[in-house]
Parts: sequence; structure tokens; C-alpha cells
Amino acid sequence: MKTSEDFQAAAEEKRIYDAGIEEGAKKLTPEKIRSVFNELMQTEGGARLEAYTKACVHCGLCSDACHHYLSNDRDPRFSPAGKVKQTIIEIVSRKGKVDADFMKRACEIAFTECNLCRRCMIYCPFGIDVAYLMLFVRRACHQLGVVPQYIQDTAHSHAATYNQMWVRDDEWIDTLQWQEDEARDEIPDLRIPIEKEGADIFYSVIGPEPKFRAQLIYQMAVIMHAAGVDWTMPASQGWDNSDMCMYTGDSEMTARLKKIHFEAALRLKTKRIVMGECGHAFRSVYDVGNRLLGWKMPPLQMIHAISFYSEIIEQGRLKIAEKFDRPVTFHDPCNIVRGRGLHETARYVINQVCTTFIELEPNREHNYCCGAGGGVINCGPPFKNKRVQSNRVKADQLAAAKKKGAEVVIAPCHNCHGGLEDIIRHYELGLELKFLGDILYECIQKE
Amino acid sequence: MHEIYQLASGILVWVALIVFVGGTAGRLIRMAITARKKDAVIYQYFSFYYALRSILHWIIPFGSMSMRARPAMTLVAFIFHICLIITPIFLAAHVILIAESWGIGWAYLPNAVADIMTILVILGCLFFLLRRIVQRDVRYLSTPGDFVLLLVVAAPFVTGIWTYHQWSGFEIAGIVHMLSGELMLICLPFTRLFHMALFPFTRGYAGSEAGGVRRARDW
Repeated sequence: MKTSEDFQAAAEEKRIYDAGIEEGAKKLTPEKIRSVFNELMQTEGGARLEAYTKACVHCGLCSDACHHYLSNDRDPRFSPAGKVKQTIIEIVSRKGKVDADFMKRACEIAFTECNLCRRCMIYCPFGIDVAYLMLFVRRACHQLGVVPQYIQDTAHSHAATYNQMWVRDDEWIDTLQWQEDEARDEIPDLRIPIEKEGADIFYSVIGPEPKFRAQLIYQMAVIMHAAGVDWTMPASQGWDNSDMCMYTGDSEMTARLKKIHFEAALRLKTKRIVMGECGHAFRSVYDVGNRLLGWKMPPLQMIHAISFYSEIIEQGRLKIAEKFDRPVTFHDPCNIVRGRGLHETARYVINQVCTTFIELEPNREHNYCCGAGGGVINCGPPFKNKRVQSNRVKADQLAAAKKKGAEVVIAPCHNCHGGLEDIIRHYELGLELKFLGDILYECIQKE
Repeated sequence: MHEIYQLASGILVWVALIVFVGGTAGRLIRMAITARKKDAVIYQYFSFYYALRSILHWIIPFGSMSMRARPAMTLVAFIFHICLIITPIFLAAHVILIAESWGIGWAYLPNAVADIMTILVILGCLFFLLRRIVQRDVRYLSTPGDFVLLLVVAAPFVTGIWTYHQWSGFEIAGIVHMLSGELMLICLPFTRLFHMALFPFTRGYAGSEAGGVRRARDW
């Protein structure tokens, strides 16, 4: 058995260089850390922080809930309570008297060793929200200017352009028209209605869709067309529903992003919002941004693509021409399953469209995280190897489903896709990865 | 010796009870006020239905996946906590003492049963101690305070059974029993033993958000 010294040594060896963390930390002084932290405690450190840090009896029941812990040979430093111990507990008990080196390590833990997936919350007898605590650390890191470079870059993009990928306004419209053109080769009367006032549905996507995965917009247009849906997308800012600022601790920016997204939908007088197959964006619109803006619930009905698919299939508006006949398995994304209970809805759609469905074990609320969410994949290349190694347990889980015959993994979330793609490649699992929309597009009656 | 006995069985009982009740109430009230100011969401999303739903799943043995995954821990934790709370309240000797001083009384446990329950509490403490030493993640998480607290909890039970059976030195054990019992009550609001009072709130809030907002199970 490895001792904690072995782990310590291994950690030193693996020390990762990140310019955002290193350069940011150079500007820190103990006084600055203390004053920023005390200010944060004054304004935001409330009853939840106190209850979560004080109710924990150090029982370790959360450890096995965490894929980082399970994948890193059960190194206790990766257990959820272990991460809390190394970060927020230290900061609180030392009243912010920590140094720059401490903050560097705390930053790495909070940003890259926790996906904020909240699985541990349902394994803790007290329901302690470790994601809340890690976000509190991230908020402190944000205010101190110590944030991994890649995710900070996406946050900058949000601030400058209101989208995650530095997509310019004309590029956005151009992409929609390009996809419409492409799709009209297949379905001549298809439209991607831009700026249509009074449409039933406002469809929003995440920045990476026009940037890297424009075919998803194409596919959704085909689905909308086949189901005869009255829909639209905005021509100006507010089209991007994603939000990395929520993960960098920049709450102010999150509120601005969610505001412009809701406002775009309201400006077009649409009846409701349908969001593409993304998990974190859903969390930010449904569970985080609304709170920051002072709304208990979103001001406009908004649903995830899964609910939308299920609805149009159930109403008979979307006809399945031929079922997808390769055996599929389904990865439950944290933000729409633990975050919105869409697990049964997703299974309904899968069973309507696919012939053979094989469950992952564990599944539904108990599914293991993809390892990419919570902004971890957005911390970029410096942390990629660590991220993939930190989710060996996911590879084992997928391999077990493959053994039962699964050939295709369905993951209705962009972050999950990124994470699972890397895992499937690294562990040579030989599984194909798809969005639910990919399968629907393949199987529906298009005319 | 007699003076210490007088102190421990007199004024200190009151001090312990007042600190325990006042400290617990005070701390909960302070947190409720802080929550009003800084965690407005708690009041917005708290739902009695979903809070209760969650709490029930977690106070019924094996009601959650987490508990089913660790049957030994679950069994010990339930037996330990039940015995820890029930034994002192329904112990014959305690009931009689209270009846004699305050004139109120209630049903009590047969002595043999109380003996077994006391031993179960002590064994539970040993189990948790062993767990803190042997299981790597729990050892990493444990602080010196956690070990002290185990001692604080075990002490009244060890000295209690000692006194009852009048094993050698039971006079001293009796005094230590009273003092350690009082110490445990005093510690409760100010140490991790406070998890007892926090449980319904943290669990209830987790359940409220899980059920009311996230529409998912949290057990």
C-alpha cells in the first residue's frame, strides 16, 4: 500500500505549470490574500459555508462517491472532504492568513480536481454541498486573479463578446446561414429562422457549436423542420447560453450573461427557450444565473433538448423512420440528471429511437462524472493528462457496458462529450460517442 | 471529594444543561439570521415536503445508496447513535435521580438492557477509533480534535457502567462520570458534535434543492 509520503512525492513530480496560476500568484502578497478573503467572508460567507464546514464529521463516506478519488488509487487527498480540508477549511481556520503557494495549490484543487458534479452530496449523510465549497474557493481565486489560463481566456471571451469562443457577430449569422445552405441540399424548403418575432421556441446553443460543431445546428434545424416547430435564433448577442464565468467564480459576469440570454428570448417575444444538448449551460440558466439575477425560477419557461425531443416524439410530431439498431448505452450528465432529473425522459427518448439499450452501472443520479465538467476540461491542455488519469473509473464503467454489448455511448452534454472522447481514446475503449440529436437526425422521417 | 461530588451533581448539571440548550439554540438562531442576510436562497427554496423526504431516507437504516454501499458502517452508526441518545435518557438510575430532585419521571429501561446499550456505545466508539486509524481516507481527514471527541463521548459511558457495577474505584468513576457527561453536553454546541443539531437543516436543505429545484433523488 502506498503511504501518504509516496503520494506527496508523486504529486511533487507531477507539478503542472499553468501560466494563469503561476503569473497570478506572483502578484499576491499575504496582505492581499487576507484582505480579499476577509472581504469575501464578510459579504458572501454565510450560513451554508458555516454549516458545511462545521457539520462534516470526517467520516469519509463521500470518498467513494468521487471519481478523482477512485481513479487515483484512492489517494485520500482526492476525497471530497480531503479537498475541502486542503482548501477552504485551512483558509477559514487561518482567517485568510495563507501564502501564495497555498493559493496556487488551492486553485489547482478547486479548478482541476473537482468537477462540481455533486455526486458526493448524495453520498454524504449531511448533504454537504462540496461543489458549493469548491466554488467558494474559486470565487476567492477569481478575486485574487489566480485562475488557470485557458478557462480565464474563455471567461474573457464571455466578457468581451457575450460568447465563449470569441465568435464575432457576423460569424455567428454567417454560420447559421451556412448551415441552412448545407441543409437545403438535403431538404430544399428548410429554414433556420433568424430573429423571428413571436416564434414558439427560442433555440439557444453554446459557443462551441458554431465554432467547432456546426453540424449540430444543422441537425437541430432538420429535427425542427421535421416536427414542424415554429422556432427562431437571435441574430445578436444572447444566442450563447454557455457560461464559464460561473465556473471561474465570476458571478457578476454570469449574471450579465444570463440576463442577455433571457432578454434575447424576451425581445423576440418567444414563448419559451429550448437549449441545445449541453449540461453546464443548463445549470447556469436554470439553477445559477436566475439566482444571481434575483429570480427564484427562470422568468421564461426553458427546457433542455432532451425534454424537447421527448415532447415532440410523444406528441407524434417527430416520426421515427427506422430505429437505430446498434446497441447503445447512456451517460447521465450531472447537470441535467442530478441537476434536473431528466434521466427517465432521456431513457424514454432512447427507447423510442433505439432498438437495444444497455445501462451503465451505476446510473441515473448515481452515474460517475465525465471528468470534464465543472470547467475542468476548460482548464485546457496543461491539465489534460491529469484529467484523463483522474477518471479511470469512468473507463472501467464504459468498458463493462461494452462487454455487455454496447457499441455507442450517448451523452447529451458537450462537456461530457469532451471528457468521454478523451477517455475512450486514451483507454482504447473502441466505443462511438453520440449526442441524442445525432441519433434522432439519423432515424427520423425527414419529409 | 465530597465537595467535587456536590459540585458535579449540583451546579454543574445546571451549567451543562444551560450551555447545551442555550448554546445550541443560540448558534442555530445566529445561523438563521446569517442565512437571512447572506444565503437568501435557503429561505426561498426550503421545502418541508422535500426536506422531510430526504431526512426520512437518511434516518431509516439502509435508506440511501451510500448506506447500502457500506453495511458495516451503517449498522454500527445506527446502533451507536440510537444507544447514545436513548440510554442516558431512559436509564433507571437517571430517571430515579431526576424523579427525586424534580418530581418528574418517565419509563425506564431494564438495567440489563441499559448495560448492553452502554457496551454498544463503547464498542461503537472503538469501531470509529479503529476506522480513524486504519482506513486511509478517514485517517487523512481526522484531526486531533476528532480523537478527543471520541474520548469525550466514550468517557461517560465507560465510567457510567463502571459506577453502576461498583467495580473498584467506582466512587471516583462516579464523579468522572458526572463531569464527563457534563463536558459532553457543554462541548455539543461548540464542537463537531454539533452535527447532531445541524443534520436536519443541512440534509433538509439538500433535499429541498434536490426535490424542488433539481427534481432528483438525493439518497
